Amino acid sequence: MGTSSSQTSKVISIPIIKIRPVRGWVPVNLGELWDYRELLYFLVWRDIKVRYKQTALGIIWAVIQPLLTMVVFSLFFGTLAKVPSESIPYPLFTYAALVPWTLFANGITRASVSLVQDANVIQKVYFPRLLTPLASILTPLVDFVISLVILIGLMFYYHYSPSITMLWLPLFLLLELILALGVGLWLSAINVEYRDVGYATPFLIQLWLFASPVIYSSNFVPERFQVAYGLLNPMSGIIEGFRWAILGTEPPSYLIIASAAIIAIILITGVFYFRRRERVFADVV
Amino acid sequence: MSDFAIRVENLGKRYRIGQTVGYKTLRESLSNAVTAPFRRLRSTDRRTPGENPPMTGDKQGYIWALKDVSFDVKQGEAVGIIGRNGSGKSTLLKILSRITAPTEGQVEIHGRAGALLEVGTGFHPELTGRENIYLNGAILGLKKAEIERKFDDIVAFAEIEKFLDTPVKRYSSGMYVRLAFAVAAHLEPDILLVDEVLAVGDTAFQKKCLGKMDEVAKGGRTVLFISHNMAAVKSLCSRCILLKDGGIELAGLTSEVTNKYMEALFGTPTSNVTFQEDPNLRIQFLKAKLITSTPGSNTEETTLRFEYLVREEVKSVLLCVEVRSPDDLCIFYSNDDLLNDNRKHKIGKHTITLTIPSYLLAPGEYLLAFGFWEPGHEPEHFPGVRLTFRREEPNSRLSSHGIHWPGLIYLPVTWRYIDEDCY
Repeated sequence: MGTSSSQTSKVISIPIIKIRPVRGWVPVNLGELWDYRELLYFLVWRDIKVRYKQTALGIIWAVIQPLLTMVVFSLFFGTLAKVPSESIPYPLFTYAALVPWTLFANGITRASVSLVQDANVIQKVYFPRLLTPLASILTPLVDFVISLVILIGLMFYYHYSPSITMLWLPLFLLLELILALGVGLWLSAINVEYRDVGYATPFLIQLWLFASPVIYSSNFVPERFQVAYGLLNPMSGIIEGFRWAILGTEPPSYLIIASAAIIAIILITGVFYFRRRERVFADVV
Repeated sequence: MSDFAIRVENLGKRYRIGQTVGYKTLRESLSNAVTAPFRRLRSTDRRTPGENPPMTGDKQGYIWALKDVSFDVKQGEAVGIIGRNGSGKSTLLKILSRITAPTEGQVEIHGRAGALLEVGTGFHPELTGRENIYLNGAILGLKKAEIERKFDDIVAFAEIEKFLDTPVKRYSSGMYVRLAFAVAAHLEPDILLVDEVLAVGDTAFQKKCLGKMDEVAKGGRTVLFISHNMAAVKSLCSRCILLKDGGIELAGLTSEVTNKYMEALFGTPTSNVTFQEDPNLRIQFLKAKLITSTPGSNTEETTLRFEYLVREEVKSVLLCVEVRSPDDLCIFYSNDDLLNDNRKHKIGKHTITLTIPSYLLAPGEYLLAFGFWEPGHEPEHFPGVRLTFRREEPNSRLSSHGIHWPGLIYLPVTWRYIDEDCY
């Protein structure tokens, strides 16, 4: 937006806002984002409240989605195709990947349409637009927590006790949210002008699922291509990270480093692209 | 400390109005079609609305919605922005409220600014009234603690206590608007930027809305009010800015600026008009003239004098007169059916008058439309020209507190003292 940072005068604290034309690339204004943290909270709160309104099953959907996918995958890929799962029961193996995957897929799906959905607000009120996709990314965290509880139940069922590596989980979760935000920023900003994104996203997510080590293990990919795999699909590092933290599979060393590097790039470019397009959202959307 | 709340300098905003692409050959247009998505991606990236003009050509694709606009608004001042549709009012408000960025120039705002471009922004139909108060408040920039503090006031103002936990999609439109306005009314920024769309809904609601705005303006806050409603502007704003084609046409005292705007809308006030003879008309006006007796007095009368020509006798034709307000509201209508005189339709020239007891009208501008019309037929002669007159405030009425009385008309009412009952 066309504002520089709001400064505070020394005598009385009257905020001074300067509105100027903005050209080129603008960095993100973190101070302003912090000022608007309550709005972020309310946007997430709204999305969560509205999410399962007028549904018969309500929050149970958060359980059904990954659980049913796990059952189908286990049946076809585990039992019939006998995809190797590193000596872990296949349902557990695939579910541990589906939990982060569902979070990611839901997040970017919601984020991609977020600006268009909130077009009315964007045209009438100013706030840092970054909050809109950010809220969309954070909303599915509720479902994530629920499916994580189910995962722990599954672990008990298969007599898997959680190990100390579980402590790494927040780190992988954070990385995942950052990736989702980066992708979400790109998709939402493009979607403002090109509604093609709305059609492309479900398709993209489907392809991405099969390109990610959800059904199979990343060991499928030869050793020398591991870095390339991590670079090309940053979700691979995150998913293997989750598996390692939860089930104690092999640590995804190269994969996660490669993924983390590309995630940083996606976030930074996403933020800059978003900030560049932001100034015309209200005119174009 | 500077004493201005808003300083606007050379503000300009350019919009893009579609692309004009002329294709030449089939081969070119085919390759165009193939590369177009990519070219478009690139070109919009560089030349989005709100950015530099292209170096050469393609100049028709842009329109300046606002150009070279500069003005100051002092702390605590209420300023009205008026102008026709498309004059740049809304664009200005959108820039000031940071919804869209300017193309050139700059604005400095001293204080916490709150913009109200509509009420109920971000209301979610599935959420309850209670939930929407929080959501809408947060969107409008209120902190959670502030909303909690004002919550009871908001609910009381909206009069929706009983439906607080009902989803707003079940609300009647009146309840919805009341709730939406209640939240907006409890915003307390140093500077309030308001669009006239706020003044929608039924008359009672408009009044409540304007009353609240008045409260804000008189409470020492800075208000920038964008409106078509001259009456509202006059009652709220001391100063006014008239926009025309994206530039400032006139800035100054509200009365001066609104007069200028009215002139621009309806032409200079005329009290006298002569018409060309048109042999195709069976009956037509030749002259129309307004004569006002003792202006501003309590016996003031406005007399309309018509000269007209009858070429062909039409018994049922009526001379119709309408007195309209500047908002084009018909205040009253009359026709010469009330004049029982058979001479009026004989072939030849005639002169008749209509006397209006204009002391019954509230002070302000009035327009007179008139025409010949035969019921069930096309209007015979309905000149587009309107006579205008202005009714001044009579001194006797100004005496009470020196304020304008609201209302469109002053009826000759009777006050009576009936009884004394002292303790």
